[in-house]
Amino acid sequence: MKTRHLFGATALALLPAAAMMAQDTATCENCANTMTVVSWGGAYQNSQVKAYIEPYKALHPELTVVMDESSAESVAKMRAMAEAGNVTWDVVDTLASDAIRMCDEGLVMEFDDIDAVLAPAPDGTPASEDFGDLLINDCFVPQIVYSTTFGYRTDVADWGGKVPSTVCDVFDLETFPGKRALQKRPIDNMEWALYCDGVAKEEIYDVLGTDEGVERAFNKLNGIKDQVVWWTAGAETPQLLADGEVVIGSTFNGRLFSAIVEQNQPIAMLWDMQDFDLDGWTIPADLPEDRLNRVLDFLYFATDTQRLADQAQYISYGPARSSSAPLVGFSEVLGVDMAPHMPTDPANATNTHLYDYGWWADHRDDLDAKFQAWLTQ
Amino acid sequence: MTQATADQAKGSVLAADGTPLKVSLRRALRAQKLRALMLIAPLLAFIVIAFLMPIADMLFRSVENQIVPDTLPTTVVALEDWDAKGDALPGEPVFAALHDDLVVAAEAKTHTRLGSRLNYEDSGMSSLLRAAGRGVRRMSPDEPYEAQFIDMDKDWGDIETWRTIKLYSGAYTDGYLLNAIDMQKTVDGPELKPASQRIYVMLFLRTMLLSLTITFFTLLLGYPIAYLLAILPLRTSNLIMILVLLPFWTSLLVRTASWKVLLQQQGVINDLLVWVGLISDANRLVMINNATGTIIAMTHILLPFMILPLYSVMKTIPPSYLRAAKSLGANDWTAFWRVYFPQSVPGVGAGAILVFILSIGYYITPELVGGTSGIFISNRIAYHISISLNWGLAAALATMLLIVVLALYWVYDRMVGIDNVKLG
Repeated sequence: MKTRHLFGATALALLPAAAMMAQDTATCENCANTMTVVSWGGAYQNSQVKAYIEPYKALHPELTVVMDESSAESVAKMRAMAEAGNVTWDVVDTLASDAIRMCDEGLVMEFDDIDAVLAPAPDGTPASEDFGDLLINDCFVPQIVYSTTFGYRTDVADWGGKVPSTVCDVFDLETFPGKRALQKRPIDNMEWALYCDGVAKEEIYDVLGTDEGVERAFNKLNGIKDQVVWWTAGAETPQLLADGEVVIGSTFNGRLFSAIVEQNQPIAMLWDMQDFDLDGWTIPADLPEDRLNRVLDFLYFATDTQRLADQAQYISYGPARSSSAPLVGFSEVLGVDMAPHMPTDPANATNTHLYDYGWWADHRDDLDAKFQAWLTQ
Repeated sequence: MTQATADQAKGSVLAADGTPLKVSLRRALRAQKLRALMLIAPLLAFIVIAFLMPIADMLFRSVENQIVPDTLPTTVVALEDWDAKGDALPGEPVFAALHDDLVVAAEAKTHTRLGSRLNYEDSGMSSLLRAAGRGVRRMSPDEPYEAQFIDMDKDWGDIETWRTIKLYSGAYTDGYLLNAIDMQKTVDGPELKPASQRIYVMLFLRTMLLSLTITFFTLLLGYPIAYLLAILPLRTSNLIMILVLLPFWTSLLVRTASWKVLLQQQGVINDLLVWVGLISDANRLVMINNATGTIIAMTHILLPFMILPLYSVMKTIPPSYLRAAKSLGANDWTAFWRVYFPQSVPGVGAGAILVFILSIGYYITPELVGGTSGIFISNRIAYHISISLNWGLAAALATMLLIVVLALYWVYDRMVGIDNVKLG
């Protein structure tokens, strides 16, 4: 494995940037020649194909890549496949919270030493330092940082020229009347509600851990409840905003980016208290050796500094390596400077919120039951 | 005396080869039955594998709880003597047993799985067990384990943690089924959940009510169309038939999405009503993301399932009956109501059952257009299957749904009679 990695590193050193020439190929010993990659479909999966899979296939012409678009149901499908004893997936793109669940369930493999699996940064910094805190457990290789944040319409007559500047304006029906779109789950909404009810940011989870805190968050949300359209798919909010069904709504920042930049909708971003979250790769547990070798070889390539930065050419999600950040710049593909659209851009990240994975892993089931009961009241 | 003469003496008839006719006939019939069985064998095998076995598996999952005794075998035994109703923590032997079990579990990496299982019942078990899997390796066998566990996490000194483990220590549990009807296991027996967490009974009732409403509307809209289809000349009725079938050939998601475009507040219908002046711009109707949206979209989607059985039954009603009724002095309404309608009832029954059963299990359409007041119990089942991974609870909810449907079927059979259902 070591020699292969050395070879991989040399190949990369010889071939700067993403410009891979077809005649240059790399070898992968005892590797399966097909690989099933599971992701989210749409623009996101497309960015992965362009940034990772096509360059990798150029190096390995013998490889056939099968794309699956099941990431939204990855946890349930992985469990079903593991129970049936027939795992057909090789590498699965999931949310960090889903990776934690799968890791706890023993569905995905644990990396004993992440530095042996992932490439170091170009300056030699080991991967474990380059990814830093984003390595949230032993099963998950982070890829991008995205955020759940708000977009609002810029042409609302009722607002009298004012525009929302803080997340608490979402709760202010007096100044900013109109319907809101919020995700139909307690995560994010409860935190924003408590924050706007005057709870200090660092105390949010302590307060939310008590029955009174939950009550308090629901009370805050009660103030706008009859003006909320609850969404479940990330594409709903941009659509609702574009149709004028809602005047302000939360969704993933990349969805708003494409509505604003690619479709020129009268929408603007509200980055205040954007909630950072991670998306990345997991490998199913107990893969046969040749398939595992192939996935590890691919992962080593696809998560290096340049590749992560390349993905930001196609979609406005921040690369998970700190060494990739300086490489994100003007996108030839989209014709815009990507840096100001990144959730991690300093101008956007003045007031942010970090999703607490450990806390939600413990409280998700309980709070979700309460949240659903509250919704139906 | 030979056997044959003995049989003859008893009065039985013999076949040509000397065997009693009864035996011979039975043999011939058995061969025939066997042949019939062979013919249906593929279908039978299919039904057993693809229908009965999954249902049995689901019923089993709704009570199965092997993971707790499997992961904590000695702790479960040690806990048997502990009085969960008392205020005292279980003694040192239990903590020692827990230590031994967790060492084995952490080695096999099953402790986190147990944590996810118990976290469904008591928030915090997930991280408690994840940390314990790391912590037990550092524990010293010379000091009391109780103090070491509580030192590691104070929740091990919380009596509720132990009550949860004790309540769910059996290989089978009624916990999921109780949960599915808004109840919970406590040390004092099953209790209703606090009002702020009750949801499933209400969702079951809503699912029934909305499904009945949808069935009613499909009947209301479908009956006249089916009638037209049955009485109009072939050329016209074929055209209508194509219009009825057209939605069948269109993707469900496309149809649901188009209802969104039509019904939303800035949508086509509202725009039209504002333009005509029936409503003001400020008071646009809310017709989607609520129960109304679910009823409208699902009535449309399920309409063909009502029309087709109705049509196939109506087609068999001879038009001469209506003419005969009229010639005997009945007016149009009486002829329809007393002569035509009773003969179409088997079609109404078939269509109503079909639509009702289909709508009870629907979840994509309610999820997309139902908002919060128009979602069904199936949406929660889907949630527990794919998001929370609480398959036990999902199975329990599905079991409840199955029981409710069977009960309704029984009531229907009692009131209307299942023989009165005809698909043509």
